[in-house]
Amino acid sequence: MKRILIAGALAAATLGLAAGGASAQTTLRIGLAEDPDVLDPSLGRTYVGRIVFASLCDKLFDVDADLNIVPQLALSHEVSEDGKALTITLRDGVLFHDGTPMDAAAVKYSLDRHRTMDGSFRRGELSIVESVDVVDPLTVRLNLKSPFAPLLATLTDRSGMIVSPTAAEAAGDQFGNNPVCAGPFQFVERVQQDRIVAEKFADYWNADEVFIDRIEYRPIPDSTVRLANLQSGQLDLIERALATDIPTIRADEDLELEVVTELGYQGMTINVANGEGAKGPLAESALVRQALDLAIDREALNQVVFNGEFFPGNQWVNPQNQWYQDAYPAPARDVEKAKALIAEAGVATPIVVDYMVPNNPEVRQVAEVIQAMAAEAGFDMQIRVVEFATGLQEAEAGRFGAFMLAWSGRPDPDGNIYSFAHSTGPLNYGKYASETVDAALTEARTATTFDARKAAYETVADLWLTEGSVLYLYHRAMLIAHTDDLEGYVQLPDGLVRVVGVKLN
Amino acid sequence: MLTLIGKRLAQLVPTLFFVSVLIFSLQHLLPGDPALVMAGEERDPVVIEQIRKQYGLDQPIPVQYAMWIGNVFTGDLGESMRLKVPVSDLIVQKLPVTLQLAIMAMLIALVLGVTTGVLSAVKKDSAWDYVINVVGLAGISTPNFWLGIMLILFFAVHLGWLPASGYVSPFEDWRQSLATTIMPAFVLGTAIAGVIMRHTRSAMLQALASDYVRTARAKGLSERVVVWKHAMRNALTPVITLGALEFGTLLSGAVLTEQIFSIPGFGKLIVDAVFNRDYAVVQGVVLVTATTYIVLNLLADLGYILANPRLRA
Repeated sequence: MKRILIAGALAAATLGLAAGGASAQTTLRIGLAEDPDVLDPSLGRTYVGRIVFASLCDKLFDVDADLNIVPQLALSHEVSEDGKALTITLRDGVLFHDGTPMDAAAVKYSLDRHRTMDGSFRRGELSIVESVDVVDPLTVRLNLKSPFAPLLATLTDRSGMIVSPTAAEAAGDQFGNNPVCAGPFQFVERVQQDRIVAEKFADYWNADEVFIDRIEYRPIPDSTVRLANLQSGQLDLIERALATDIPTIRADEDLELEVVTELGYQGMTINVANGEGAKGPLAESALVRQALDLAIDREALNQVVFNGEFFPGNQWVNPQNQWYQDAYPAPARDVEKAKALIAEAGVATPIVVDYMVPNNPEVRQVAEVIQAMAAEAGFDMQIRVVEFATGLQEAEAGRFGAFMLAWSGRPDPDGNIYSFAHSTGPLNYGKYASETVDAALTEARTATTFDARKAAYETVADLWLTEGSVLYLYHRAMLIAHTDDLEGYVQLPDGLVRVVGVKLN
Repeated sequence: MLTLIGKRLAQLVPTLFFVSVLIFSLQHLLPGDPALVMAGEERDPVVIEQIRKQYGLDQPIPVQYAMWIGNVFTGDLGESMRLKVPVSDLIVQKLPVTLQLAIMAMLIALVLGVTTGVLSAVKKDSAWDYVINVVGLAGISTPNFWLGIMLILFFAVHLGWLPASGYVSPFEDWRQSLATTIMPAFVLGTAIAGVIMRHTRSAMLQALASDYVRTARAKGLSERVVVWKHAMRNALTPVITLGALEFGTLLSGAVLTEQIFSIPGFGKLIVDAVFNRDYAVVQGVVLVTATTYIVLNLLADLGYILANPRLRA
């Protein structure tokens, strides 16, 4: 028996040696929280897919650390006086991974592909574009149906990714299995649910700033295992670490943690007018909704569930964002006032609410804390845990009283509010409708100056935050952990992992 | 013997037909619209309609079934909605991975389970017997995900001997392949070893108490020959069936274990497919799994007959 044990230990040690030191020095290994969907900018729809796109496909524009829009494949842009034409000058001498030139014709091709391809998820984002003209080889003009301020921000994401027309034509809807773009890295191979490999593109327009030869993306859904891989040196960087793992990461002197407030929000959508679920005082009375809002202690929620590492919030953008309405700060918890509001509404307690919660341990915990807090003001929040796909269908059909909803967020505030609050918005699950809010949302889209847009959003806030159908709760901290061998890594607020300028020592 | 095999193969067709109808209807009873899940955050009604049309989801369920089964007969299992790759490619890619894991786990389970089972039967009511039973029970009751994470934390993070997760094919690098699969195979193997141990023990006890063993002993055969040759042969019969069925379970994807160790096998494939309502993938994987089960059952029956000549009549 003893001999067997020794032999086993030796074998394990040999394997251990084989396990270490296998990868080349400039291979950056990134642990992803999920396996991305198809890698076609027109068809992709997952956040994790955007992380991979960040190395494969450059966009016309990008965002900087302060969410300012900066050129990437574009050099500059100009908006016509009536706001209905956007002229973009392109960077000269840019090549796609297949060696073909990235020019105005390619940009027109890509934008038209996004707009018209069957099943394209970019169709809605670019629906404001009437047509795209090639002005000269390095200039394109986007003709708009009406002025649309968020368009540039849209072009900083997948809608702004330009694909090689030659490769896209050849591959059809299989393009995502071998994407060819103009990013710093070119696609090498993908084994579903195991790895995606990309190699440095030698002819990249900014190749001098790329110091990594190869990237391996490895989907590892379990966050504990993802962190274990980072700690044991099998990965160099992981995205979406858990808030509860922050102490472990900070205690490990070989690791560094990047924390950034997400662009999106976590909130509770209340069904005010959507089908059978829109019954009872919470749906019918804005006073009762305000009472629920006042019953929640956002700071305590953050402390209890997230060790105080997340960011309480009460609007569709976080309090650090330039679009935050300072005139509407997060209310402090006030149970007495909440009870008074319920009394004023003339409603008997307990107010029973069908509270639909996605099956995710963190969100479930949030729901339980809210349930306890709301009970003190007279609410009986009946938690109903649903799996993701079921939850979507239930929400769409209006079979809920309140629904915990996560929104990943967009750089432009329009992407965080229009679809949810406009009476025709596709994500307006509560079916809230107000002509004033609709008009203000449209004004915020078409106005051209920051001040005019912000003023329009103030009108939205005034109504939406007092009688609307979303109670905003908190903004997650996007947690990215990496080894301290990684040099020059900068975390941007969109949470994506950018590799240009990064060195691996 | 041949007639028996022929008969069993003929039964396979209606069983598979029944299974395919069952899978098809069951998944359509699941709440959650695949087109909605596909659309994710980008909720454009036009796109949702396009997806429904593209994948035939706008057709009545019997029509969808007919389309699917028709394609299956031509070897086409459809295309994953989420990944835009043929389902058969995914299966061909994942099956060897799970197969490798299952074989390793089964070897571990058989070696551990049969030896400890025989040992505890032979040494009935001794300290050996008690210890083996307690450890065996612990093996059965320990959740795979817990044991998996403990092994990762100890062998990968603390000792740094093995990679924490991931998978390397043996054709690429057999040592790395062993390094990446040994922990998950051990987790899967120990869970089954406990079951096999208990079955072996009771079958062995029964065999040891039977007349022919008494006769063998009376003839003056050594205890080793009595136990390993005479008693074992009979005791093995139920263990073979059990082993084959457990192997089927392993092949259908050791869901949690693959998830924890990020092993890109059947388990992970089906979990992701169910959550994303990727119907074609679910259908394909379940069909292949069902077929495997049926074939394994057949093999188990044949194994029975080979191990026990009395059944050949």
